Amino acid sequence: MDFKSMKNYLYWLYCQFELITCSYLMEPWEKLLFYTFNIAMLVTVLYTAYIFVPGHVSAAFDFFLRLFGNQHENTVSVVK
Amino acid sequence: LNHVVHNGGLYKRPFNEAFEETPMLVAVLTYVGYGVLTLFGYLRDFMRQWKIEKCQNATEREEQKDFVPLYQDFENFYNRNLYMRIRDSWNRPICSVPGAKVDMMERVSHDYNWTFTYTGKVLKGIINMGSYNYLGFAQKAGTCQEAAAKVLSQYGAGVCSTRQEMGNLDKHEELEKLVARFLGVESAMAYGMGFATNSMNIPALVGKGCLILSDELNHASLVLGARLSGATIRIFKHNNMQSLEKLLKDAIVHGQPRTRRPWKKILILVEGIYSMEGSIVRLPEVIALKKKYKSYLYLDEAHSIGALGPSGRGVVEYFGLNPEDVDVMMGTFTKSFGAAGGYIGGKKELIDYLRTYSHSAVYATSLSPPVVEQIITSMKCIMGEDGTTVGKARVQQLAENTRYFRRRLKEMGFIIYGNEDSPVVPLMLYMPAKIGAFGREMLKRNIGVVVVGFPATPIIESRARFCLSAAHTKEMLDTALKEINDVGDLLQLKYSRHRLVPNLDRPFDETTYEETED
Repeated sequence: MDFKSMKNYLYWLYCQFELITCSYLMEPWEKLLFYTFNIAMLVTVLYTAYIFVPGHVSAAFDFFLRLFGNQHENTVSVVK
Repeated sequence: LNHVVHNGGLYKRPFNEAFEETPMLVAVLTYVGYGVLTLFGYLRDFMRQWKIEKCQNATEREEQKDFVPLYQDFENFYNRNLYMRIRDSWNRPICSVPGAKVDMMERVSHDYNWTFTYTGKVLKGIINMGSYNYLGFAQKAGTCQEAAAKVLSQYGAGVCSTRQEMGNLDKHEELEKLVARFLGVESAMAYGMGFATNSMNIPALVGKGCLILSDELNHASLVLGARLSGATIRIFKHNNMQSLEKLLKDAIVHGQPRTRRPWKKILILVEGIYSMEGSIVRLPEVIALKKKYKSYLYLDEAHSIGALGPSGRGVVEYFGLNPEDVDVMMGTFTKSFGAAGGYIGGKKELIDYLRTYSHSAVYATSLSPPVVEQIITSMKCIMGEDGTTVGKARVQQLAENTRYFRRRLKEMGFIIYGNEDSPVVPLMLYMPAKIGAFGREMLKRNIGVVVVGFPATPIIESRARFCLSAAHTKEMLDTALKEINDVGDLLQLKYSRHRLVPNLDRPFDETTYEETED
């Protein structure tokens, strides 16, 4: 039963997407073009994120660790 | 949130008008929708130009391609790329009297609304929320219809002349005396077409050297009449008395633009109920300003005559004012009286002048006799002179329907514009796809509504406009409300955050010059 209401909810969400982007009004070939473009953009963005985001995140993590790491050592030496 | 206006005691009753602000997310998404449609519009235009797709709209001939282009402006672009996609919500053919329920001919389109074919089936009993049938006089049986049929067998349908020549029937004289008595003015004159009443009589009243102060959202007939007259036109913000006062002060102080001479006449053009917003004019304040600055007032009661006021005499009675304060009272018989035509009422000298100098009187055919009889019978019914209380019951039923319908819609969470007492109820839709979807979904559920978009409204503020009627019973309204609720949930139209912006006595915007120079 949960699957049926989940399916209905997802279908309702899809209808809202159609209404907001006006693909409700488009002819089938226009819809095909529009969805292909959107999905292609989405896949490109996700793929780029998959390739680059871990590298950026670990570089940022190293940067901040070094920054706060140095600071910690400095403060420790001053206090002593 | 009821806001009671205390303007030195000008208002005898609370004036509750609200225009909730567009939610930011909705505005952004509306622009996104229009952006996508514009891109696809450019694509389709490109394909039509390069003959990839058949061009089904009007274009110039091959020989005229080097001339000034005719179809490249925004209006035509909008027409062929956006309006065509949702065109099936308009021009629907009805095949019965437009009462509380109406029959519609079913039509389908196989080429995305470029052409329509009739399936032959008739959709019966559609609840009619779109006709201007405020008091329910659009009937095919009853006293009005019998009287009109009798007059039709006596006088025929055609008049074949203008008022000045051979078209002045005794029925017209009777009608005009009745209209003058109904409105409480000295004299009145009736014309064959409501639009022509405005556009042909304003040029007779004002000319060059006069000033017209017209509301921002005035009807096309008033705008056309004002432009045809040749007078200078200045626009004040919708229903904003500070803006109007500033314009009046400037006009009196500075006079005409180059010569600084005083204006010959200053005419203020307002409407009783504005049909796109559902707002009612602030008549007590307008009359106070008119008297202070010695100008004239032209009140267009097309939608408010018969629909407002305890006995249906219009917006002047609604506010409890004196009809003699309004210089020119114009109205139409189309909406509350179930007929056609318009009238102008006022002082005897004014009406006698218009009988000679108005374009409508000299050139337009006069009203058709059965139509005149319909107006006479319905007006007598409203006044109670036919011996029954049917008229009074209808006026009260309309007021109850209005209050009930508006209250229920606001409780459901829709954004509704306008005054609490106006029978015109605009429900905001905003997004272009929802305009088409709302019209179609409501028709599937057997309710006929009118949806409005650009260019009748600003481009992001598209709406569905309900016109209530005294002929609607509570069961019909409940059915309609239930379906509107369902469609509102389906399309997610319940934008209201119940943050009604209260109408302040003096809105602090750039028109209050006296206070902002600190």
